Amino acid sequence: MAIIPITPDPMDAPKGAAKTNRIGLQVLDYRGGKTTLCAGCGHNAISERIIDAFYEMGVKPERVMKLSGIGCSSKSPAYFMTRSHSFNSVHGRMPSLATGALLANRTMKALGISGDGDTASIGIGQFIHMMRRNVPIIYIIEDNGVYGLTKGQFSATADIGSMLKTGVINDLPAIDTCALAIQMGATFVGRSFSGDKKQLLTMLKAAIAHHGTVVLDVISPCVTFNDHEGSSRSYKYTQEHQEAISEAGFVPHFHEIDVEYDPGTTINVEMHDGSHLRLRKLREDYAPSNPAAAVSALMSAHTKQEVLTGIFYVDNQKPSFTQMLNLVDEPLGTLPDSRVRPDRAALEDVMQRLM
Amino acid sequence: MATEFVALAEGSHGATLVEPKTQQRAPQENIVNDLSIQIATVNGSGSQSANSVLLKSIFRMGIPVSGKNLFPSNIAGLPTWYTIRANKNGYVARKKEIDLLIAMNPETAQEDILSLPTGAAAIYEESANLKQFRNDVACYPVPFDKLTAGVCPEAKLRKLVKNMIYVGVTAQLLKIDMEAVEPALRKQFAKKVKAADLNWAAVQAGYEYAAANFTKQDRYIVQAMNATAGKILIDGNSAAGLGCVFAGCTVVMWYPITPSTSLVEGFIEYAKRYRIEEDGKATFAVVQAEDELAAIGAVLGAGWAGARAMTATSGPGISLMAEFAGLGYYAELPGVIFDVQRGGPSTGMPTRTQQGDILAVAFLSHGDTKHVLLIPGSVKECYEMAIAAFDLAEQLQTPVFVMSDLDLGMNNWMSEPFVYPDKPLNRGKVLSADDLTRLGGFARYKDTDGTGVGSRTLPGTDHPQAAYFTRGTSHNEKSAYSERPDDYVNNVQRIARKFETARMLVPRPEIVQTGSSKIGLIAFGSSDFAVRESRDQLSEEYGLKTDYLRLRAYPFTHEVDDFVASHERVYVIEQNRDAQMLSLLKLHLQPVELAKLASIRHYSGMPIDARSVTDDLVTQEGV
Repeated sequence: MAIIPITPDPMDAPKGAAKTNRIGLQVLDYRGGKTTLCAGCGHNAISERIIDAFYEMGVKPERVMKLSGIGCSSKSPAYFMTRSHSFNSVHGRMPSLATGALLANRTMKALGISGDGDTASIGIGQFIHMMRRNVPIIYIIEDNGVYGLTKGQFSATADIGSMLKTGVINDLPAIDTCALAIQMGATFVGRSFSGDKKQLLTMLKAAIAHHGTVVLDVISPCVTFNDHEGSSRSYKYTQEHQEAISEAGFVPHFHEIDVEYDPGTTINVEMHDGSHLRLRKLREDYAPSNPAAAVSALMSAHTKQEVLTGIFYVDNQKPSFTQMLNLVDEPLGTLPDSRVRPDRAALEDVMQRLM
Repeated sequence: MATEFVALAEGSHGATLVEPKTQQRAPQENIVNDLSIQIATVNGSGSQSANSVLLKSIFRMGIPVSGKNLFPSNIAGLPTWYTIRANKNGYVARKKEIDLLIAMNPETAQEDILSLPTGAAAIYEESANLKQFRNDVACYPVPFDKLTAGVCPEAKLRKLVKNMIYVGVTAQLLKIDMEAVEPALRKQFAKKVKAADLNWAAVQAGYEYAAANFTKQDRYIVQAMNATAGKILIDGNSAAGLGCVFAGCTVVMWYPITPSTSLVEGFIEYAKRYRIEEDGKATFAVVQAEDELAAIGAVLGAGWAGARAMTATSGPGISLMAEFAGLGYYAELPGVIFDVQRGGPSTGMPTRTQQGDILAVAFLSHGDTKHVLLIPGSVKECYEMAIAAFDLAEQLQTPVFVMSDLDLGMNNWMSEPFVYPDKPLNRGKVLSADDLTRLGGFARYKDTDGTGVGSRTLPGTDHPQAAYFTRGTSHNEKSAYSERPDDYVNNVQRIARKFETARMLVPRPEIVQTGSSKIGLIAFGSSDFAVRESRDQLSEEYGLKTDYLRLRAYPFTHEVDDFVASHERVYVIEQNRDAQMLSLLKLHLQPVELAKLASIRHYSGMPIDARSVTDDLVTQEGV
């Protein structure tokens, strides 16, 4: 069967002129400070893909807030999109901060950057409750299986049997953040690899189009503490064991040309912003609207020692947390006095009732 | 005395002295409008409506009154007490002695009656035969079940209706005006007319039974006064919740914890009534968090993004908030945290009052942190300080803590009606896109006016130079990453300057000077009611004149230094074991003043009472 391209060509620009996106910004406008992470760190590649995704989607950086916890991953928001407000906060507690910020201004796009320790150990409580509420955020776990800033202890996503440089073997099972996310109510769940440019970029663009909790677990090898023989989070191991569950293509809502697809092999998902996500099945049992099937695929991947990647689950029906609260349309944080302070008659009324 | 108290009462308290203290009474003379009633029940027995009707009936007769729930941490089956104090002088703190006992709990009845002073009165279930234990107490046995059955054919309602019988009996014995009881009862049941009728019948049955069967043996009666006209009755938590509604609070994230829960529930009730727009959409969001860490995280996140956000908690929740409180302090984020204090720790005394979090909250977190505390001393201040806290938090860009306690928060207090805020919301230094164009950008952490407070921008500000990177202290004035020693020192010194700015902005203490006294009293929060009464006791019974300063905020202002400097001895009265406020004062005052400080502490879990303060002070003074 002929393979039909499911992603349109990248945007063309007139020759000679500086390339701009649909809102007239250059990719430069999405850049951040110089990274201080190790050369070759997977997190840097993820930062690059984030820049590309927001640039290509034409999201104004001022409309984005970047929130992070503590760790190498959580430092990375300083290295992309300087024109977005950013908050490097408390270890494992970024979800609550993001929830509050979104309550104050639900018109913003929230991007949460976390790591495997920040998410699956110290932060697992807030991670779970964020997903349960379906808080509208793109939550990226830059997952390398170790604590970097404290020099190489195992995290809770490290695979059982994986070995540290020191020879210590991990004897506890990994928490699969994607399986957990599907069970806990996240509405867009996928896994990628920092070394897989195309897949990661597509997933990020689709994430921008989604309104609800997006959990992207991105395998992001730590070149300093976890890239050796015996580690199951090394570049080599991930490249050798990566298996994609589907091939994702993305047609943004502002793209006029639609591309045909084969409904027999490809699932079309209409996103909240009108974009289209095209998921070509690479496995017979792939059913991204079925949480049980998605969890089952993840569980069986573990037994086969596969690093299963791709978009596992999408639910575009469930309302997001900020939609459920029946709030006024404007950001709550900047409503004028007249709309947040009741008038004198209201106080009079209360006082009368208390006399 | 009277003029002195008017000054103190100004704006804050409903209770003012209306006549001088009564003289020595003749043995058989009635004691008018000066008694405390204790209703001993089992929790879960539904006595709350009856107690509330009794309280409000006395209030409607124009007599100053307060009501306190002394309850266990339990839903049903353990002993609980409700105390009502009616006092013509406006003393509404807890009174140590009980004058009228209503013994509805057979489990504690014997202990309850044995605790009464000679000359007290007791109403109890006939079969309990409590008279056998005391012949110096006026005994009024009532066949509660028989009377209840007479008015309430439906057996399953009898447990609730039974409580109204004692309202009737009490009304008859104390001469409470039935014309006051009926409207209090009808208001209590609002639109439930059938329930009101049934309960009113029970009150009447009790009244008639007492009239037909009892001869008055005790001396306690009430008489109509005119001291409550125009006053309101409210608990401090509801008052604070109401304050938040009028403060323009838009985001609330909270985790239920006694005794703070009713603060957020109060907010929800009032916000639903006054903060829903015509299209049915809300100008506020209330979210029940998974824990207190998330609650304060959301408050600070919301504050960062421009909302007036608050949470309410108590001691154990404060502990969990410690890390975020430090981040809020260093990252300079507005937010309001109500601490309705109780006894610690988690399995401590969750339903008992205390002022035990003073030191913990003043320095909550790690590194050099010191927080702004507001300390309401009345329900009116719970309302006013809620509003002030949001203004201060945004002006100073820092978390502000409002230190209430269970006694103030969960009990009913009389008050002047609350006043509509006369100033618009003070949203602090927030730059708009136009400001940024005009200024050509900004440096987030630069002190441009000596207050220590920089200008901030909110996420979503449509300007390429609006964004800044928020983190703890490792940044320079322009919010770029820095661990340089000079940047750090400059930054934390600027934050310390904000504390000096706070000192200029926080509410001043209330001071009562007699002009000649060598003894000063310092107290705060719910202790105020007992301290005012104690001062009168000291003066009338021992001829000891005292001056009084009521703290209303931390950082302390110069009035505190002046007050201590102008007295020979200063008693710091507080409701904790370790003299926490005294310790905080010691850190503030000049060393030469420290020897003057003495301590009076009350920490049994019961609200502080005047007699305990008086006795302790008199002992220390050697009078």
